[in-house]
Amino acid sequence: MDDTILEMRNITKSFPGVNALENVNLKVRQGEIHALVGENGAGKSTLMKVLSGVYPAGTYEGDIYYDGAVRQFRTIRDSEDIGIIIIHQELALVPLLSIAENIFLGNEVVANGMINWQETFTRTKKLLDKVGLKESPNTLVTDIGVGKQQLVEIAKALSKSVKLLILDEPTASLNESDSDALLNLLMEFRNQGITSIIITHKLNEVRKVADEITVLRDGMAVKTLNCHEEEISEDIIIRNMVGRELADRYPPRSVPIGETIFEVKNWNAFHQQHRDRQVLHDINVNVRKGEVVGIAGLMGAGRTEFAMSVFGKSYGHKVSGDVFVHGKPVDTTTVRKAIDAGLAYVTEDRKHLGLVLSNSILHNTTLANLLGVSKATVIDDVRELQVATNYRAKLRIRSAGVFQEAGNLSGGNQQKVVLSKWLFSDPDVLILDEPTRGIDVGAKYEIYSIINQLAADGKGVLMISSEMPELLGTCDRIYVMNEGRIVAELSKAEASQESIMRAIMRSGEKQQ
Amino acid sequence: MSSANPATESSNVVSIGDHIRNNIREYGMLIALVVIMLLFQLLTQGVLFRPQNLTNLVLQNSFIVIMALGMLLVIVAGHIDLSVGSVVGFVGAVAGVLVVQMHMNLALATVICLLMGAAVGAWHGYFIAYHRIPSFIVTLSGMLVFRGLTYAIINMTGNGSSIGPFPPAFQVVATGFIPDFIDISFILNFIGMSAIHSTSILLTVAIPIVMFFISWRRRSVNEKHGIDVEPFSFFVGQNLVVAAAAIFIGYQISSYRGLPNVLILMLLLIALYAFATQRTTIGRRIYAMGGNEKATKLSGIDTRRLTFYTFINMGVLASIAGIIIATRLNSATAKGGDGLELDVIAACFIGGASASGGVGKVTGAVIGALIMGVLNQGMSILGYQTDSQKMIKGAVLLAAVFIDVYNKNKG
Repeated sequence: MDDTILEMRNITKSFPGVNALENVNLKVRQGEIHALVGENGAGKSTLMKVLSGVYPAGTYEGDIYYDGAVRQFRTIRDSEDIGIIIIHQELALVPLLSIAENIFLGNEVVANGMINWQETFTRTKKLLDKVGLKESPNTLVTDIGVGKQQLVEIAKALSKSVKLLILDEPTASLNESDSDALLNLLMEFRNQGITSIIITHKLNEVRKVADEITVLRDGMAVKTLNCHEEEISEDIIIRNMVGRELADRYPPRSVPIGETIFEVKNWNAFHQQHRDRQVLHDINVNVRKGEVVGIAGLMGAGRTEFAMSVFGKSYGHKVSGDVFVHGKPVDTTTVRKAIDAGLAYVTEDRKHLGLVLSNSILHNTTLANLLGVSKATVIDDVRELQVATNYRAKLRIRSAGVFQEAGNLSGGNQQKVVLSKWLFSDPDVLILDEPTRGIDVGAKYEIYSIINQLAADGKGVLMISSEMPELLGTCDRIYVMNEGRIVAELSKAEASQESIMRAIMRSGEKQQ
Repeated sequence: MSSANPATESSNVVSIGDHIRNNIREYGMLIALVVIMLLFQLLTQGVLFRPQNLTNLVLQNSFIVIMALGMLLVIVAGHIDLSVGSVVGFVGAVAGVLVVQMHMNLALATVICLLMGAAVGAWHGYFIAYHRIPSFIVTLSGMLVFRGLTYAIINMTGNGSSIGPFPPAFQVVATGFIPDFIDISFILNFIGMSAIHSTSILLTVAIPIVMFFISWRRRSVNEKHGIDVEPFSFFVGQNLVVAAAAIFIGYQISSYRGLPNVLILMLLLIALYAFATQRTTIGRRIYAMGGNEKATKLSGIDTRRLTFYTFINMGVLASIAGIIIATRLNSATAKGGDGLELDVIAACFIGGASASGGVGKVTGAVIGALIMGVLNQGMSILGYQTDSQKMIKGAVLLAAVFIDVYNKNKG
């Protein structure tokens, strides 16, 4: 019995200068969850864009068999018409339209040339029930969180009677409970006979839901693993992804820890817009020389808000509290003052807050410390070039040169450019906010190594991360934050995924 | 796909083809300017390049170039300034009141006019930078307000519809020519070029030579530090062509009444702004801010103050243009500078500035302004009426940006 619903045969797609895909074969069975994994730039998204008609037939070589016939999609519409729906990493929702309007955008419920709003509302309600989203169809998309927006996208796919659902990193910006809900939904779809292809970097998710796993590397499908025939460990997947044995996912570290160099005391702040809502309550944290300190917590716990409010009051209203660097009180009320006090903040959102994408690596590297390469406001471009070239080599930024635009780099290399920028500002304390988000395994390891090196150089590192294994693997001490409060401080010995989750849950009970 | 091209790592002299491809924008625009000039030279049967016409070309378009320098920074910063035409009229009227009616000391009057421009820029910049009102709205308001003020001043104080004439000493910058303080006429006489202005021709020859040495020094510094450079022969050839064109134009102008003062002012400002955008921290910060304001702010840069300064700068340049235009026409009128903002903005976009900010070059804006100027001048000589002039200029703007976007999407 052949239950193959989709087969992509010998797909080759090239862009000027590179072969993004080379003779890729992909076979997906009816009703399964098929995971597509690989490092950034391995060709996962490109393959899915070929499948969904983003790259129309004729711009690639090879054949697509779907539902028993050869298909040639000229537009996304063509693929949607036969039930292939792709949900991109960057959500395609209109923020200021309601959930219902978004779901039926371009596909409106029309009678006599007019939109039937009652019918739209009822149908939306049904779809939202199916995906388990308890929101009114009239709620504006801008008013709900990313996790719920993801569900709206899926509801939209359901409205088009989806047979093959493609999700490009659906959980990248979701917290753990939202991710779980989403994965459960996929498994429910499997029971209803809907096939899913899921692109993800999170291997624990792959292990949890996937029936089959196809690993892409450098534009080639290197392996398809069947999860029911054998036990697939994360190590096996990683080995196939990187093409080498990754002995340890976290580099070893043994740095002597010194005196306290960074301390925040009694930190309070109110919400930026809702000005009477307090988002941070009496936060006290400290970091010692050579120490990597983590802040764990669920999304919305206030970790980013805390970091940004400390860093030049970049977030919040009525911010109060004291900051000490090397035991001396410092003024961090503007970003400039915070930098001068020895702080650096590597944002979680490198595309919108970290980099000037239209500028070169060179210009991004020196942006936070232009005075370091200039005299009397005139930039010494030879010195600037040396600085950027130096960091490019030191952090192993893979690019054609320092003149390459930051927007053309992969996620990992972009993150290294952001790190270069802050390293060149020569801080004593680095606050890293989700430093490895959306970065592939190999680049993650390199980022961890850089963090270790920073600690070894005598700096203090405060690291915010939603990936608990990452915190456990890299930190000497972990603060747990929930609902704007520090609810636990765990030493390396005490810290585990269970103890962190327990601290969060227990604090939640106390609140109620 | 992440591996670096070994060829560029080992040797940094790129092939001529690659060099042109990498700089297709700059060359494309320069070629477009040359083609347009040659076209009008042909259509006007050689009238365009006559000494008098080239001189007029400079006199009538210098203020567009000068304002384009400020507008480029405004656009790169991610904003727009619709008020500059009205500011030109307003400052012209103020100059008229101060100089013609109050007989104020000329230097003092000039300083007051420039401060007036700065104040207008500060007014706009304050609302845009510190209250985050879109520049389109703030400067649209300014466009109406300052035009209205211009009318008010002229109606209240002028004899009918204008204030003038200006004393000749006040017109020196706008209509004067550089004096022959270095006299090499005996040499010129000897080689049979007696009609030419000595200092002007000396400058005409000296400027390209100085330019050549500056770019030659840059090229060797770049080569030494592993930055991609074009082949030396190409570099020399390109500079020779540019120098020859500059010397030809300078020679033509010198043989009329010498180099106009306003040309020297314009060249100095171009050099200043080219340097400021490429080599100073403030220029770098404006580009970064236009590319990503939030990231720039989080890098410790006071983006509000930077925006504020950008508009003050625009106001000062508009006031310089205002003085030049009023004194050139020898009267300040209520309609002075009307619609000029569109020529200036068009020059920047023809020159490759991006409407979303962060991208654009001084040289591009200057070439864009020259293209507009040549079109104006050429069509005037041909006797085109305002209607067809406007249509053609509009079409050129769209075509230039279309080619730009098309190339970008293809590449």
